[in-house]
Amino acid sequence: MMDFINFHLMPGIILGSIYALGGIGISMTFGILRFANFAHGETMTLGAYFAFTLIQLTGWHPIAVLPFAMILTAVVALGIDRVFYKPFRARPAIMLVIASFGMMLMIRSAIQFSWGVQLKSLMPGIQRPYILFDALRISPKHMLIIGSALVLMLAVHVLLSRTKIGKAMRAMADSPELARLTGIDTEMVIRATWVVGASLAAAAGVLLAIDTHVETMMGFKLLLPVFAAAILGGIGRPYGAMAGGLIIGIAEELSSYAWIGNEPLLAPGYKAGVAFAIMVAMLIWRPSGLFRGKVF
Amino acid sequence: MDQAYGIFLYIISLLTMGGIYAILALGLNIQFGFTGLFNAGIAGFFVVGAYVSAILTTAPSARHLGGYELPVVVGLVAAMVVSGAIGWIVGRVCIRLRADYLAIATIGIAEILRLILKNETWATNGARGVSMVPKPFETLPEPWNQLGLMALVLSIVAVLYFLLERARTAPWGRVMSAIRENEPAARAAGKNVEAFRIQAFVTGCAVMGLAGGLTAHYLKFIDPNAAEPVTATFLVFVMLIIGGSGNNKGAILGAMLIWTVWSATELVTSRILPDDWAIRSAYMRVFLIGLVLQIVLQRFPGGILPERRLRVAKDKKRYN
Amino acid sequence: MAVLELDNITGGYGETEILHGVSLKVEAAAVTVIIGPNGAGKSTAMKAVFGLLRLSAGRVLLDGEDITSMATEQVVRHGVCYVPQTANIFPSLTVEENLEMGAYVRKDDYRPRMAEIYDLFPPLAEKRRQAAGTLSGGQRQMVAMGKALMLKPKILLVDEPTAGLSPKFRGEIFRVIQDINSAGVPILMVEQNAKQALSIADRAYVLVDGRNRLEDTGPGLLANREVAEMFLGAGGASVGAASGVNGSGAGSGAGSGANGA
Repeated sequence: MMDFINFHLMPGIILGSIYALGGIGISMTFGILRFANFAHGETMTLGAYFAFTLIQLTGWHPIAVLPFAMILTAVVALGIDRVFYKPFRARPAIMLVIASFGMMLMIRSAIQFSWGVQLKSLMPGIQRPYILFDALRISPKHMLIIGSALVLMLAVHVLLSRTKIGKAMRAMADSPELARLTGIDTEMVIRATWVVGASLAAAAGVLLAIDTHVETMMGFKLLLPVFAAAILGGIGRPYGAMAGGLIIGIAEELSSYAWIGNEPLLAPGYKAGVAFAIMVAMLIWRPSGLFRGKVF
Repeated sequence: MDQAYGIFLYIISLLTMGGIYAILALGLNIQFGFTGLFNAGIAGFFVVGAYVSAILTTAPSARHLGGYELPVVVGLVAAMVVSGAIGWIVGRVCIRLRADYLAIATIGIAEILRLILKNETWATNGARGVSMVPKPFETLPEPWNQLGLMALVLSIVAVLYFLLERARTAPWGRVMSAIRENEPAARAAGKNVEAFRIQAFVTGCAVMGLAGGLTAHYLKFIDPNAAEPVTATFLVFVMLIIGGSGNNKGAILGAMLIWTVWSATELVTSRILPDDWAIRSAYMRVFLIGLVLQIVLQRFPGGILPERRLRVAKDKKRYN
Repeated sequence: MAVLELDNITGGYGETEILHGVSLKVEAAAVTVIIGPNGAGKSTAMKAVFGLLRLSAGRVLLDGEDITSMATEQVVRHGVCYVPQTANIFPSLTVEENLEMGAYVRKDDYRPRMAEIYDLFPPLAEKRRQAAGTLSGGQRQMVAMGKALMLKPKILLVDEPTAGLSPKFRGEIFRVIQDINSAGVPILMVEQNAKQALSIADRAYVLVDGRNRLEDTGPGLLANREVAEMFLGAGGASVGAASGVNGSGAGSGAGSGANGA
């Protein structure tokens, strides 16, 4: 039983909170700008590399550099939107999908060029896990990850439910045309969406890097589960993306638990397939997701 | 003299691989150019075709499924069938939704296929791949063996081009472009939009499978990472869009042009630059080709050979 | 002077022209109604005001000022508010958040205005914390209008407010529109329920195939034989139709026969 919690449920929650952070941005850009942003995974990678360099420069703790990595990533995302996405606002959305697909490769190769492809670590050394109630093992870095993710999700909640721009973001995710007809400054909302989406993506990248390490393909590996989280939660539904992320993360980790007999239910090599399977099932039976999001 | 012969062989390999990319670009043109379907998993359909043809045609091996020693033609046809069938399944799930969902699902299916090829060692020999794949004309002396394969690939390109041009101007092609330009009107005219889209998607996937099969026979070897998946997919998009999306001549031209640039720059940088910088310049190359694509998308969305449209209406916002 | 004037508007979407020289005026304090068969360009004429149409000729004037092809957001800032026919609320936002969004361009305190809106639509006050998407059709329509009124608009454009509503709600919506109008807001409305709409119209236009066909006072058009044939069911019944509607006022459903095809 404790094995189940320590080696499957906890890792699931940790992975799930990382997916949740990534999912919010992808769900909001899909809902508001109406395109699936393939470069979102690479945005996460970029955040992790920014954190790596900031740590090298300052020697601070990863969590201390996190806000700065988030800001840097948001600035880059705003620049990319201005140069590469804005010209396509009035064009068919498929153009944006291609542009973001190209951007995915461009950001990745820029990272590979600038930082090289060797693995890097944000928190070197092995940490002894805390043992709670004699049996529950949790390492300090995992508490850090879950704690940071909770704080960030709470911040997103306050933004979306208490501030004018946050409400306008939800309004625009509901209906961009009506938002325009209502007099909402839609370009402003779009910029806010990039800032929120990219900074949360950066946070997801940094938290994943704290858990594992920094590498150039880390964001791409997150892309599919994060898309799955957004679709599971419902496109344009930030709370749905959070729930979807947690569900996908937990489902991935639980899939390799020995539910029947002593063998893992699913060979660990296929873990990445779980997110895909959930996503396909949603697309077949309920494309609007759990939270009645948008279907294009 | 030796150098001239080397260049001669290089040009043959350039044309052979360029031809295979032209087949991929033609396949993508059916999906993206004619129909507006975004297939982000080209590499997946490609690699499945490669494995199917390889396994069906190789001699027995203890390391993977196979030993059927079927003729290459059978392998290639089977490659098309299997890739097309996978395309049909993906299409059934996503085709009624907007292009974005298909893009997500296809990039997903490509990843899943890669996982299967890597993990199901009994059938595929895992990451070590399938080797000793028979190569057509390999019994001929050099350079005739190379020339023979090149001729085979280029004639497949020619046949495909001919068939696709026929399809484009036939009623089928006209319905396709009507759907792309004005879906509600096509629906109102009683066209089964989903059925047409699936036909286009499946045909395109089958063509990609064919390209995969040809590659396995050409290289005599295939492994799950035969091509770095996303870069390969991306390259085909770049080829089609720069050549002229919707135009079959453009697809072939784009493939030949971009492949030449791609392969020549690799050759040059790996010869001239020290190792460390050669690796870095490879990343720079991906970056630059991405930048070129962005510029083409923004400034010359028609590509080098823009599509000759059968109808006018364009650039209208397409919601839903 | 007219609050809003469309002067010889020609335009459409993409390559297709939908309007061919449409002109109309909305006078201060008046209810102006556009009727016409499906595809006549009624809603398109409204969209022309918001720069949502490609115009090839013509002008849009607001208080005599040229606002042709002004950005949508700017048109709203100038005090023109629009209630589209469908998708006219933000379903995942609460009723109150919808009203707040209506006041998005206001920098001042909009709380008093919100209280006025709740007075105008008492059912909304009770449901202010509820997601607007969960309300009934009639209440959604109230949210949509309340949202548009948050700005104290110079003019309110309403696109088929009673489409898909039951006769009971239809009457209510027409009454609300009259209330809004008597509070001093000029209204331009597109309607399918020609009978009821004409009965509250100070001025009415008939559009056919993207062109002006007829123009008169509401009662004037109700009495018109051509209008009767086109929208009010059987030909030759114009007098009866007119008097019947005058009698029904804003109350009970005027019958589904008024749904011009």
